[in-house]
Amino acid sequence: MENRNKILVLDDDVDWLALCRDLLVTLPSKPEIHTANSARRALTIIETEKIRLLICDLKMPRIDGLQMLAIVRRRFPELRTIVLSALEDEEFRSRAYALGVDLFWLKTEMQRNSKLFNECLESLLGRADREGDTGFRGIQSKSLMDIIQMECLSRSSTVLRITRGPLVAKLWIQDGELFDAECEGARGEVAFQRLLAWKSGSFENLPAEPRHERTINKSVNALLLESAQTLDENAGAATAASAEPLESLTHRKTIWKLSQLTREGADFILAVPPEGQGEPDAIGTQSIASTAHWTRKADEIAHRLGDKLEAGPLSHVSGQNLERTVILLSRGDKTFLVGWPTDATGNLTEKSRKLAASWDS
Amino acid sequence: MGLLKKLFGSLAAVQQLPSGTITVDRDGRILSSTVSSTYPKPLLQTIARDVLELLREARASQMPLAEVSLHYGSLRITARELRGGAIIFLLPQTALLPTPNPPRP
Repeated sequence: MENRNKILVLDDDVDWLALCRDLLVTLPSKPEIHTANSARRALTIIETEKIRLLICDLKMPRIDGLQMLAIVRRRFPELRTIVLSALEDEEFRSRAYALGVDLFWLKTEMQRNSKLFNECLESLLGRADREGDTGFRGIQSKSLMDIIQMECLSRSSTVLRITRGPLVAKLWIQDGELFDAECEGARGEVAFQRLLAWKSGSFENLPAEPRHERTINKSVNALLLESAQTLDENAGAATAASAEPLESLTHRKTIWKLSQLTREGADFILAVPPEGQGEPDAIGTQSIASTAHWTRKADEIAHRLGDKLEAGPLSHVSGQNLERTVILLSRGDKTFLVGWPTDATGNLTEKSRKLAASWDS
Repeated sequence: MGLLKKLFGSLAAVQQLPSGTITVDRDGRILSSTVSSTYPKPLLQTIARDVLELLREARASQMPLAEVSLHYGSLRITARELRGGAIIFLLPQTALLPTPNPPRP
């Protein structure tokens, strides 16, 4: 009994808490379920019980979910967090992820896909003992580069405080733009480069400081690219027989893809392998799972319809909304979805093909 | 006489491509159509259903699309979302068309 994981569900709706309890007790690992209908009560439980996972609503009276998550991230950095909300607004999703939540689920989706939700929970709880993982605590398996990109993509204003043992660094971000960096006694771009060399640590979001002096004037993507290239050059000379060849290779590949994306002016690119043959991979987007789902579905529908109409081979599928244009195309056994800003010029299909072609190069 | 026709007549038929515009409601019912009446109705229904599914799936994936185009070798299907339904343009791509897919300005 002592080894059972403890889950705390926080929601102001008592009926919902009862529903969650009924669902969570069916988990194979038989976790101990606690519930709280206010943030204050939840904090008391977290302090007294050894809670492993917090499932939190966003819209609550007095202390709302985002405030609660900020408090939890600072006071209990090891606690895993899931947001379960009825708010479908993408902004909330971005803000929650920027606060370091492990998962964001809509309540409607959770009810519809309770099996998948349970599997996600089990996976999160199962990872509990792997304390030696690399990556920055708060967002699993994400590099610092990813975290900074996510903050900037969600256009947030915050101060990121990053700690690695005794070392502390800070990044000032205002409206999605990097203003200043401070690390190991340096400031500005130099500090940013030093910070990117950190491979693990933990971070927290501090309130934004809009009046902070600006020392960095380059775009984040350009800066990330420059810093990563410098790191690579340094690492290439010193670590020919490095203990992390795979990580270095992945890092190099990410830089290459990022540079391609920046050069062409695309918002994001997503590569989706066939079902059951690996995980989707993306640069520039946070909602990988849902976008990959649509990509697979759209590809399947388009091929099926083309076969029925005898309309010839599918060249590509394009879609548009007020924010962006997306191009879906196949290359090899993968399906790619490339997002472009609405003001992007030129032949987007050809540009998308080029990006897809360079993906695995 | 007519032996081959008897054997392969129906198999050798080439299916025509639809050309025109259809409007469909949110349930996939065709409300109006300018596509030739000789074109099979079930196929038009399939187009309507699949296109609506594509738009619906995009909405469900938090990526609502106002317009979607499927580009095939010999046909382009463009659909614009209309309050849950859609207006669907069916444009066969022939060699006579100078620029079947003009780049956006």
